Amino acid sequence: MRRIGEEELVLTSEKAGIIRREIIKMLGEAGSGHTGGSLSAADLVACLYFWEMKLDPKKPDWEDRDRFVLSKGHAAPVLYAALAEKGFFPREYLKTLRKLGSPLQGHPDMRKLAGVEACTGSLGQGISWAVGMALAARIDQRDYRVYALLGDGELEEGMVWEAAMAAAHYRLDNLLALVDNNGLQIDGKIAEVMSPEPIADKFVAFGWNTLEIDGHDHRQIMEALNSARSFKGSPTAIIAHTTKGKGCSFMENRVEWHGTAPNREEMEKALAELA
Amino acid sequence: MKKQATRDAYGQALLELGALYDNIVVLDADLSKSTKTVEFARAYPERFINAGIAEQNMMGMAAGLASCGKVVFASSFAIFATGRAFEQVRNSIAYAKLNVKICATHAGITVGEDGGSHQSVEDIALMRSVPNMTVIVPSDGISTRQALFQLYQHDGPAYLRLGRPAVPQVHDPELDFAIGRAVELRKGKDLSLMACGIMVSKALQAAEILAGEGIEVSVVDILSIKPLDKEMIIRKARESGALLTLEEHSIIGGLGSSICEVVCEHCPVPVTCLGINDLFGQSGSPEELLQYYGLGIEQIVEKARKLLKKK
Repeated sequence: MRRIGEEELVLTSEKAGIIRREIIKMLGEAGSGHTGGSLSAADLVACLYFWEMKLDPKKPDWEDRDRFVLSKGHAAPVLYAALAEKGFFPREYLKTLRKLGSPLQGHPDMRKLAGVEACTGSLGQGISWAVGMALAARIDQRDYRVYALLGDGELEEGMVWEAAMAAAHYRLDNLLALVDNNGLQIDGKIAEVMSPEPIADKFVAFGWNTLEIDGHDHRQIMEALNSARSFKGSPTAIIAHTTKGKGCSFMENRVEWHGTAPNREEMEKALAELA
Repeated sequence: MKKQATRDAYGQALLELGALYDNIVVLDADLSKSTKTVEFARAYPERFINAGIAEQNMMGMAAGLASCGKVVFASSFAIFATGRAFEQVRNSIAYAKLNVKICATHAGITVGEDGGSHQSVEDIALMRSVPNMTVIVPSDGISTRQALFQLYQHDGPAYLRLGRPAVPQVHDPELDFAIGRAVELRKGKDLSLMACGIMVSKALQAAEILAGEGIEVSVVDILSIKPLDKEMIIRKARESGALLTLEEHSIIGGLGSSICEVVCEHCPVPVTCLGINDLFGQSGSPEELLQYYGLGIEQIVEKARKLLKKK
């Protein structure tokens, strides 16, 4: 079990704050992109990159590194902010998000940016990719772990459940799926558009070890990650209850902020709240 | 002529490759006995993964394995590998330019009795339209084996189109297969038959009949649909002045279309495309179906005679 002390909690909270501010700044600069679902995942991503995962930004291709797959690829800004803060590439890159020739594509492209592990964005595909990585670790007898972050709306894609079936069948305990359960998708509340609930029950039925947590409480996130790490024989799913647009009062739980970037005024207002 | 199904040659070549290279992983979607990956599964169980009846997830897993350094051979029937999992092939495999070789068997109408739902006549069109994708259509056991060895060395995604029934051997065992190169099997100045897959042996037989009438035709095996051997196509168009393309695939977007794209731009000559005329298949024996859809030897001969008049 890895230590979860005050020091660790302070560090990841600071990093989550930095990530949120960078998300707002880069989306404001880009003028388009997905704000709500990037902010909802910031605490999960901060705990992964600054506490949980074994990584070396100087050696992005290190064979024994842990792998992170952003299956909900539209939340690319949260990944880019974490990678920049971790030191994978210069922070100035963040200003080029979504611009022609930029390594920061609208959705993550592993061929263009160091630290990005998979080309994602078409929903449902990242989790299968992560299953393949976890299988590769087993074939090569390496002990790296694979983390996939999914959206709750993404669970409507049938492919997710094909992947869930395969991961349980092959007993991939080196695989962790985190569900950013913020309750909203483009067309509205997922409860109204096409509900994948009960999410935890579905993962349990597919043979996964399943945990439910508050996705903004760093102690709970870390405890769940510790628990998943020590669980053997099945993959683990962490259903993280989150708030879309978390951290900016005027964005929280507002579906309008799914695929909208802040204008200058909104950006300043958001940054003031996040300061 | 010795006969072998290209799927059988695939299964055997996989075994050979598996013995040589330990970074090969084979995936299948519950069709390993039909796609012939079952032999690899028996020999190297730790490097074989059955995805079950879930082709989309199979392609996603293939991407994940390849991104961790594996050379993945993912197999299913052509209709499912290219159709059902199209977007997974596009976005997870080709967009990321990963080393996944999609080896699809039971392509075309010669699947036979299973009928139209299982007869893929669009797969070449689908795969060749995807950036980064290489498309290879072997015509016999020898070219299948060599293609597989070349694809292992090739850096990037590829589609290998294989068939169900046994086909005559058309290539010399000394064939020097290369991605992007076509092979001229018979020379003749009057007309060029440009064929792929199962239609190559039919073209050779048609050429025999035409020779009996004093018509000398070339037969070219377009093993590599993408990249295409443009030089050979332009040369044959210039030399013979007319091309007849033959494929067990829709005339829309396949071999014929590929050749027309080259000929139109570089050396316009009359071209007739023989293939499935924008129709779904149906149940029947392979030979009956080839006849029904106009791909029988007599029908090829007839088309060749007509085309000659257009020169």
